[in-house]
Amino acid sequence: MTGYIHSKESFGTVDGPGIRYVLFMQGCPMRCLYCHNPDTWDIGKGETITPDEVIVEFNKNRSFYSKGGITVSGGEPLLQVDFLLELFKKAKAENIHTCIDTSGITYNPENKDYTASLNELMQYTDLVMLDIKHIRADAHKSLTGKDNGRILEFAKFLEEKNIPLWIRHVIVEGYTDKQEDLIALGEFIGRLKNLKALDVIPYHNMGEVKYKELGLEYPLQGMNAPSTKQVQEAKNYILDGIKRARN
Amino acid sequence: MDFENWKGFEGGTWKKEINVRSFIKHNFKPYDGDESFLEGPTQDTVDLWEQVLDLTKQEREAGGVLDMDTKTISTITSHAPGYLNKDKERIVGFQTDKPFKRALMPYGGIRMAEKACRDNGYELDPEVKEFFTTHRKTHNAGVFDAYTPEMRACRSSHIITGLPDAYGRGRIIGDYRRVALYGIDRLIEDKLEQKETTRSAMYSHIIQEREELSEQIRALQELKQMALSYGYDISLPAKDTKEAIQWLYFGYLAAVKEQNGAAMSLGRTSTFLDIFAERDLKNGVYTEKEIQEMVDHFIMKLRLVKFARTPEYNQLFSGDPQWVTESIGGVAIDGRHMVTKMSYRYLHTLENLGAAPEPNLTVLWSVRLPENFKRFCARISIETSSVQYENDDLMRFTHGDDYAIACCVSSMVVGKEMQFFGARANLAKCLLYAINGGVDEISGKQIGPEYRPITSEYLDYDEVMKRFEDMMQWLAGVYVNTLNIIHYMHDKYCYEKLQMALHDKKVTRWFATGIAGLSVVADSLSAIKYAKVKTIRDENGIVVDYEVEGDFPKYGNDDDRVDKIAYDIVHRFMAHIKKNHTYRDGIPTTSILTITSNVVYGKNTGATPDGRKRGEAFAPGANPMHRRDTHGAVASLASVAKLPFIDAQDGISNTFSIIPGALGKDDRIFAGDIEVDLDCSNGACGTPTLFEGLDTEE
Repeated sequence: MTGYIHSKESFGTVDGPGIRYVLFMQGCPMRCLYCHNPDTWDIGKGETITPDEVIVEFNKNRSFYSKGGITVSGGEPLLQVDFLLELFKKAKAENIHTCIDTSGITYNPENKDYTASLNELMQYTDLVMLDIKHIRADAHKSLTGKDNGRILEFAKFLEEKNIPLWIRHVIVEGYTDKQEDLIALGEFIGRLKNLKALDVIPYHNMGEVKYKELGLEYPLQGMNAPSTKQVQEAKNYILDGIKRARN
Repeated sequence: MDFENWKGFEGGTWKKEINVRSFIKHNFKPYDGDESFLEGPTQDTVDLWEQVLDLTKQEREAGGVLDMDTKTISTITSHAPGYLNKDKERIVGFQTDKPFKRALMPYGGIRMAEKACRDNGYELDPEVKEFFTTHRKTHNAGVFDAYTPEMRACRSSHIITGLPDAYGRGRIIGDYRRVALYGIDRLIEDKLEQKETTRSAMYSHIIQEREELSEQIRALQELKQMALSYGYDISLPAKDTKEAIQWLYFGYLAAVKEQNGAAMSLGRTSTFLDIFAERDLKNGVYTEKEIQEMVDHFIMKLRLVKFARTPEYNQLFSGDPQWVTESIGGVAIDGRHMVTKMSYRYLHTLENLGAAPEPNLTVLWSVRLPENFKRFCARISIETSSVQYENDDLMRFTHGDDYAIACCVSSMVVGKEMQFFGARANLAKCLLYAINGGVDEISGKQIGPEYRPITSEYLDYDEVMKRFEDMMQWLAGVYVNTLNIIHYMHDKYCYEKLQMALHDKKVTRWFATGIAGLSVVADSLSAIKYAKVKTIRDENGIVVDYEVEGDFPKYGNDDDRVDKIAYDIVHRFMAHIKKNHTYRDGIPTTSILTITSNVVYGKNTGATPDGRKRGEAFAPGANPMHRRDTHGAVASLASVAKLPFIDAQDGISNTFSIIPGALGKDDRIFAGDIEVDLDCSNGACGTPTLFEGLDTEE
């Protein structure tokens, strides 16, 4: 069993608790306007790696990761669910904390095989970080090219499985910073009993140079990063929504 | 022996002999609490610091130097007392008669002193120049009298660089705590006894020892006199916290009045001083606010240590560093951690006075430090980017629990060990000499021995390794012998009498050497081994450039294929160093720690087989080359950690810049059951690692 990866980071500090070994999986079906890793889009390309290799590399420097673990990010890691399953099985056998950083877009209850794998994977998953790009279906579609129905269903699926959940949300001026949308997002995630944390992330344009290298046009040309204050405001709206849902 | 001022302290060997460690061991109280006891700055502290900021601004506007003494030779007693504002300063003392006035220190070399004056717009007094040119020899003059032509050639071709042959070698830490604990009279008594007990057959080293002991006694007397000029009689032990800080600082001040060393470190003073502070708090002598104020003023003084230096010196060391390193924390041999409230107070000065590079506050990190302190350190690091961390778990094994860091990573037991600082050998250039048969790739001159050069178009690993081995052996020989001359002359003409007076009679001397360009050599050899490296020659057949065909494992990615090469280079070079005679039975050690001078070394080195272009900077210390570590910091650190510390006990550095945001999220986690971890423990790292949070650099 091998997985396709874009790259790996031995010192991940922003992708889950502690210092983490992060695998950036190759391939993604979404085309988010603000994506900063367009080089992870193509499916079935890139370097290959086996679960055993990951575990060996992790264990070599294990003392760095005493409060961390392994995170699979991407790209969209759940495109390679069977690789993840084998990797996480081995990781849990070694008592390593496991985390998936996902958009949730691959969730599809009609696909029985996929769902079976996903069900099994959840037995070996300690944390899911779900990035909800937008709470409104139409806005989500124009932002990412996909509906968000399956993503929201995936959040409920995780709740059912009682998998600890961190929600991530990126603030892009004019796209994802509207008060009522943020409150609605808060209300939705506030109802999830497995919600553990909220991570509100400012948009940044560091991906722009990659588009140039790939000969792609950068969709958010000239977009500014939101200020710390704007991000804090946005976060407060989401927190308001959460409180409403919980009262 | 007992003193009234020792009342309330637990006894121990320290009362019978000069033994600060014993005093600490019997009296210190580990502190597990958090930082909530700390106090902010007093009005006097704020006022003084504003005055300092104003003077700093004036100094900057004046082009870097505000005032300079061009006539008075700096000694411990050469200048009248200097103050910022006598009424507000709790801790007093400047190097000259006023703050920001740099002293004249010609014993290292008169030309350097003269140039430091001239380059900063001052004129050295002609009488002083005449005196130190004609009548009184300097360290620098002595060295050049003894250098061989080969040594001079190596020096000018920069295969050996940064040698302390024209400036003070530094790196010696006096045990300044002794002044506070014992008072000068007891220390002099001890030195007199040492002089009584030297061997009686007058071999040259015994004569040297006796002469030095006399010098040391004189230095202690001068120290006492200097303190008196500030109105303090330091004959006896300090009676309280204020005196303890002041006595200790006078000891340090005397050292920086006497020596303009490349690193003038403070030692390990915080937990020592905490014992006085705890006694005073208990007896109601001082409040926490008053103690913090003394600490703030003490640290303020350390920030104002200044030397007269040349632009070239500043280029080599990237700035005008004093390396007033203070080692904080660590774990005692008996298993107790050594964090005290004073450890917090020292670091808290970064908040009370604002961030600053000096003094170089260094936390001796252990996985066994208390959690509260780790969190405090992490917070201070993130907020001020001014804390250095070093691996106590590793260094305690060889140096025990009373060592301190000199400069950035050189560990030595305080008062018992000293170091002969030895700059660095440029191993990248050594590899090029191996390829070119000792001919310098930049000047075209024959510098090294005329060994057979490599003549093939493509480099063969085994052939290069064999030649490199021979060239390393040659280099180690010239290098160690050059240092032998330097340290002989430094002892003779620029002896650190005050610092050595605060050492035991029997001192372990580390004979420090150093390596520059380690990652360049490792990657070069890896390229030769795993890719194809083509030589490009100039019209004289000298290889001046290389073409690398294919990819190769690069140091800094936790890849054993190349990490093993790096390990071997350090180990082998050290083996060659050890074959040589060393001055005063110095124990050879090496360091891989060019923090800044890597730029200068790179500038003077031709293209290398790893694809590095001529003149391109080396990576600092043991760092991987820029942008070649592609798997993140843990993999990069893991490569560094494989280097043999036992061969490089003088320190292995890995300079690691990071933007605070990349160390973790500061988002509130409202559910409370998942902890976002800001604890950047590097307990796994096998080497002392510089772990600085910087948000302005790189």
